[in-house]
Amino acid sequence: MSAARVGVVTFPGTLDDQDAARAVRLAGAEAVPLWHADHDLKGVDAVFLPGGFSYGDYLRCGAISRFSPLMTELIPAARSGLPVLGTCNGFQILCEAHLLPGALTRNEGLHYICRDQRIRVESTRTAWTADFADGQEIVLPIKHGEGRYVADAETLAALESEGRVVFRYAGGNPNGSLNDIAGITNEAGNVVGLMPHPEHAVEDLTGAPSVDGRHFFTSILKRLVNA
Amino acid sequence: MNTDSVSRALETPDERQPYAELGMKDDEYQRVRDILGRRPTGSELAIYSVMWSEHCSYKSSKVHLRQFGTKAPESEALLVGMGENAGVVDIGDGWAATFKIESHNHPSYVEPHQGAATGVGGIVRDIMSMGARPVAVMDALRFGGADQPDTRRVLPGVVEGISHYGNCLGLPNIGGEVVFDPCYIGNPLVNALCVGLLRKDQIKLATAPGPGNKVVLFGARTGADGIGGASVLASATFEDESQAKRPAVQVGDPFMEKLLIECCLELYQADVVVGIQDLGAAGVSCATTELAAKGTGGMEVNLNLVPLRDPTLRPEEILMSESQERMMAVVTPDDIPAFMAVCDKWDVPATVIGEVTDTGRLVMTWDGEVIVDIPPGTAADEGPVYERPFHEPAGQAALNADGPERLPRPEDLRETLLTLLGSPNLGSKEWVTSQYDRYVRGNTVLAQPADAGMLRISEVMPGAQETTRGIALATDGNGRYAKLDPYTGAQLALAEAYRNVAVTGATPLAVTNCLNFGSPEDPEVMWQFSEAVRGLADACRTLGVPVTGGNVSFYNQTGSTAINPTPVIGVLGVIDDVAQRVRSGFTAAGLRVLLLGETREEFGGSEWAHVVHGHLGGLPPQADLEAERGLAAVLTEAAARGLLEGSHDLSDGGLAVALAESCLAQGVGCTVTLPGEDAFVELFSESAARALVCVRPEAFDAFADLCVRHEVPCSGLGLTGGSALTVEGVLDVPVEELREVHTSALPRVFG
Repeated sequence: MSAARVGVVTFPGTLDDQDAARAVRLAGAEAVPLWHADHDLKGVDAVFLPGGFSYGDYLRCGAISRFSPLMTELIPAARSGLPVLGTCNGFQILCEAHLLPGALTRNEGLHYICRDQRIRVESTRTAWTADFADGQEIVLPIKHGEGRYVADAETLAALESEGRVVFRYAGGNPNGSLNDIAGITNEAGNVVGLMPHPEHAVEDLTGAPSVDGRHFFTSILKRLVNA
Repeated sequence: MNTDSVSRALETPDERQPYAELGMKDDEYQRVRDILGRRPTGSELAIYSVMWSEHCSYKSSKVHLRQFGTKAPESEALLVGMGENAGVVDIGDGWAATFKIESHNHPSYVEPHQGAATGVGGIVRDIMSMGARPVAVMDALRFGGADQPDTRRVLPGVVEGISHYGNCLGLPNIGGEVVFDPCYIGNPLVNALCVGLLRKDQIKLATAPGPGNKVVLFGARTGADGIGGASVLASATFEDESQAKRPAVQVGDPFMEKLLIECCLELYQADVVVGIQDLGAAGVSCATTELAAKGTGGMEVNLNLVPLRDPTLRPEEILMSESQERMMAVVTPDDIPAFMAVCDKWDVPATVIGEVTDTGRLVMTWDGEVIVDIPPGTAADEGPVYERPFHEPAGQAALNADGPERLPRPEDLRETLLTLLGSPNLGSKEWVTSQYDRYVRGNTVLAQPADAGMLRISEVMPGAQETTRGIALATDGNGRYAKLDPYTGAQLALAEAYRNVAVTGATPLAVTNCLNFGSPEDPEVMWQFSEAVRGLADACRTLGVPVTGGNVSFYNQTGSTAINPTPVIGVLGVIDDVAQRVRSGFTAAGLRVLLLGETREEFGGSEWAHVVHGHLGGLPPQADLEAERGLAAVLTEAAARGLLEGSHDLSDGGLAVALAESCLAQGVGCTVTLPGEDAFVELFSESAARALVCVRPEAFDAFADLCVRHEVPCSGLGLTGGSALTVEGVLDVPVEELREVHTSALPRVFG
């Protein structure tokens, strides 16, 4: 059986694509580079939208990226069930593309924050979180200036009642996110967006003092193998 | 407006020219006339004035800096030395590292955010121009007193500028310094360091050989940024209203810089670059003269072809513009299509503006007229050289005589420790460093608050060979020590950076420096400078680490009051197996705590004298370089043999602060007994060449043998464990109390 193929998207200004590809490879999958200007998903089994400052984020984080040729292919594919993970800028792009509800705004403290953050796993029913335990506390780095999750009351209520809040900040909310939300999923559970960075928590030697990020990738691999 | 062409200059030989306003002296202007055999055109004057400014020509420092060459130790590692954009050292397995530190002090005072941001951008382009992928940055920062109102304007802006620019570039920020002292209130220091990696056989140089080769300007368009910045901002003092100078600060676009990085690396991979130079201070003037001077010797440029953001710019302004995120490359005609295709892929504008010639002249045209016709070497390499007079400052002897012996000693050492640990200089720097991305690219092995930053060498270039090696970097500098004795102060700065690299297990290999001083026209400042350079060159020879490059920043003063002389020294080291790195502090309970090195009563310039008594006088600690060498040998060998569980260097605040920081690293306490009689001296003296380590009990004998072999004194202090820092019979502080005091130091001031 050939290895599962996970696409890693690079926009101009994407920064964590090398880390994302490494995390995919360490989990045993093939990392397939996807270029923003191509109308081509290269037949991948899943897609990782990594962090960065796509197009400089000069207008609004992720606002321009959603119109890129690659995204015009990715949006319908995600709606048809292709597993997609967006971290940080990737999460912002997923919100701008309306694959996920709500928006990410400037941190409450107005500063960019880089720190190792405790996170609680609230849902293991998504394509990317099956290998966690419900309620498990993990440590992942956060590093963002605009990570404050906001949505209208109706959307928040729906996310909560439908179990679509996937991650919540624990031990202190770093950015003022509503309901301490760190990550959410779509109704089908194939699209997950979060501000923390699992790709920076997969090795003992480097990154955060945790390897909790590995479970994102083992989760998706099991799902692809069993599909 | 008439263009001041060469033919017009010949017709109007006596036209008065604003050379003085451009910072040129009468004799310098006369020299330009002698070189050209006529008056210079306005464009030529622009070129000579920026290229011969202190900032670009090093005219006051050159005669002293030569010692870094004449006294340089034998080093097989040095691949490219001083004089290029950055030095390059061989780090083994076919890999090379290039690194450099540079100041952006004056712009950061005028406009803290943009000044600091473009400081990062500039040093990153220096590293790119060597053919390397930039892999990390660090910043050595000095501000006025933390409680002084202007520090609250300058510091948040500087940190935000570094944070925004560096984070958008995707380069991890892995270390540096934040120091407060009232002497920097009118003149903060913003020194930015970048390190890059490349294959040894891929080094690029700033050279334009081969007549017929094309000169390509690529990156951002040219605007009115920082016109005159190099010679006005970097050479003037702040006596005038800084408002008037605001337009002279450049504005950066980190997104364009990120595209430039990826674009350059793809150009290098495609092997379509003959020579390359970044555009920094003096912009097109500097890039064209330096490339031409180091190449075949001639170049023709059509300035009308320079893509402009502001179409009203005159040729003189285009030549002096310091618009950021621009590079210049020399490319063979055959490779131009491939070169342009890569630029196109990354949406980086690129334009052929000229070509290399063998005429020995740099010729530029504007609207068809020749406006520049000069021998490029006369601007790039043959600037004025000054032997500035210097003498010991009038108050130096009195300063040295006013030693710390007269200061009352504290009764309560617990209180003294907490006072120091909660002071701005020794408190946690997390308020600053949490605004920097330290994880991006996934190769960060150690970052602040570790003694040195460390990176794994991985996935730097597509297809390049993997290696187990890693690099470590630290910067240090102590302006108070250097004020008391600039010769020793510079040596102590080097020794501390060298030691900080060694405690991680890496072997120190090479040095970069950023020499921050007052006005070179003040003989007392010039004495500080000459002593510091002499001390540093001597110490580099003793420690066997060559200077590979750096930067001199003069005129760091407001009115006639100069900053404390502040040589900031960066040391690069290599570790053969990065998995053997030693973490900072106490990493587990039940480990033996050992103090390495000799403690003397040394309080001149110490943090204790500074924080508790506001005193600066006497002499700094001894710089015992042989002892530093021995200590580093023990640390690196012990790391390679897996004997060390944790380590931390002793510096500001002495053993007491090192013990507290070691407890804070992982929240592991310790119980220790001081080896000597005088607890105050044992705990707070700042003797150099010392480190704190922890070893497994079963590894102790082997480690002690190693110390004996290298003649490094080793005292067993006690054991790690528990939740408090306990010094038997002296003090006992819960780790949580240490943490509260340590972490609240900066938030208390900056929110």
